[in-house]
Amino acid sequence: MPVDVEAVVLSNTRLPGGYSVLELRAPELASLAEPGQFVMVRASHCDAPLLRRPYSIFDLVRDADGRASGFTLLNKRVGVGSGLLYEAAPGARFCCLGPLGRPFTLAAPPVEAWMVAGGVGLAPFATLAPALAGRGVAATLFYGGRTSADIFCLDRFEPHGVRVVIATEDGSLGERGRVTLPLQAALEAVPPERPVMIYACGPEPMLKAVGELAARFGRPSELSLERHMGCGMGGCYSCVVRVRTPDGGSRYARTCIEGPVLRGDEVLWE
Amino acid sequence: MGVDLSVQLGPLRLRTPLMSASGCFGYGVEYAGAVDLASLGAVVVKGLFLNERDGHPPPRIVETPAGMLNAIGLQGIGVHRFVREKMPELRRIGATVIVNVCGTTVEEYVEVSKVLSDTEGVAALELNISCPNIKEGGISFGCNLAGTHRVVSAVRRATSLPIIPKLTPNVTDVASFAAAAEEAGADAVSLVNTFLAMAIDVETRRPKLSNGMGGLSGPAIRPIAVRMVYECARIVKIPVIGIGGIASAADALEFLIAGATAVQVGTANFVDPFIWGKLEAGLRSYLERHGVSRVADLVGSLQVGSS
Repeated sequence: MPVDVEAVVLSNTRLPGGYSVLELRAPELASLAEPGQFVMVRASHCDAPLLRRPYSIFDLVRDADGRASGFTLLNKRVGVGSGLLYEAAPGARFCCLGPLGRPFTLAAPPVEAWMVAGGVGLAPFATLAPALAGRGVAATLFYGGRTSADIFCLDRFEPHGVRVVIATEDGSLGERGRVTLPLQAALEAVPPERPVMIYACGPEPMLKAVGELAARFGRPSELSLERHMGCGMGGCYSCVVRVRTPDGGSRYARTCIEGPVLRGDEVLWE
Repeated sequence: MGVDLSVQLGPLRLRTPLMSASGCFGYGVEYAGAVDLASLGAVVVKGLFLNERDGHPPPRIVETPAGMLNAIGLQGIGVHRFVREKMPELRRIGATVIVNVCGTTVEEYVEVSKVLSDTEGVAALELNISCPNIKEGGISFGCNLAGTHRVVSAVRRATSLPIIPKLTPNVTDVASFAAAAEEAGADAVSLVNTFLAMAIDVETRRPKLSNGMGGLSGPAIRPIAVRMVYECARIVKIPVIGIGGIASAADALEFLIAGATAVQVGTANFVDPFIWGKLEAGLRSYLERHGVSRVADLVGSLQVGSS
């Protein structure tokens, strides 16, 4: 059951490229969160913007006793709402509704976890990585962006023993090209008897490509989708995505309550 | 001082004047974990046709100043699945359930209404003759006085449940439609549905919604909705349910004072699913502050002339 809390900004670290990491104090909400879940953030107390915006929970922040005391959001300044979050100073308060949505399914050894992230699609993996490490799952992060400024926060992954593979479209960091290139190479290289679970979050064309690659190589995948979302609770029916039905047909599923994490083989891209 | 929030909607007694607006609250069960559905005056569920409907492709919503456009296209599970899959939980919770009835023909409105009349726990029917987002049926009845009369009187003959036509604001004189509905046997009218509207992405020169146009809701429409409720309440004797951009107790009070017996809250529930308790507390504190013991005494209490 979600809670709506007035979370207090503890810090707001600006990164190059219009990104920022907003740290919020919200123990009630943070203690409920699972990897892959999201919060609906109200960027303004006025009517501009009116609706909340969905954000993946990035880091879980813990107090000295190890209890969840808050979380961070990975924000990219795009419109009015994300601009207000980018500008937010410590002490500012934002209403956060969550945690919401269906989390990732956690792989277990001997299955390996391959996380594929594009830009701010990195966000849900910062909590997935420690959860996987805690289960002894070997993990790799395939991380792509347009340029080196889109690649950051690797410090969230290296302490958990995550192998990191980077690709940038302009070649300024890591391999040149889309992140699906090294992913495809890895899929070709890994022997079929080694089980792999693929998790992906990022722009829709990337998710589509990852889902198709996973299917082509017979690997299970879970994709975290982002859609225009009105409420996050299943009330408005705006965030739908087409999914397959068991009878061979299809239907619109609400990504807020049936997702945001959906199996790659259930999504029917339009 | 204990205050009485109950209101009478034709034959139906509501615990409070606060209702969810159809299309903004799913089938109610989506919110059962967050809200005590039995504490609402009524839960008005998403519009239902006889059969399942897919709705429009996304994008289905776009935000506008102090409001939003939607063109969902009445995606829905159909009346039979609703009765089978959703009503048991709504009954168990003890919610006062009002079902929004859709149709592409008069016969479909009648058929859906008959199914719901045979369903235990349905308190009333709201007739959706005002959705701006579907091509056939719906608003074509709601934009035409004879069509409104035809749908309402046909459903009137088919059910003994209270019927509440939901009116569109996309007409010149909404009060004449309220009068037509009353004449045809409606127990109440609800208004307004959304305003037909459009938003364009100037970079791509394309509409922002896949459907091209959509319905505008939210605080942006509130003053127009208050005016329309005021006009209707002066013309008809049946209760009027006020809808349009309500986001606070003060907003709800505006509608009540203008002549609404009850109100529906839609878009604001997207922003704050926990709004219901806040609205109820706000109404109570207003009544106490003004020494009014019954919320029903506020209905149509607008003071005109110099103070």
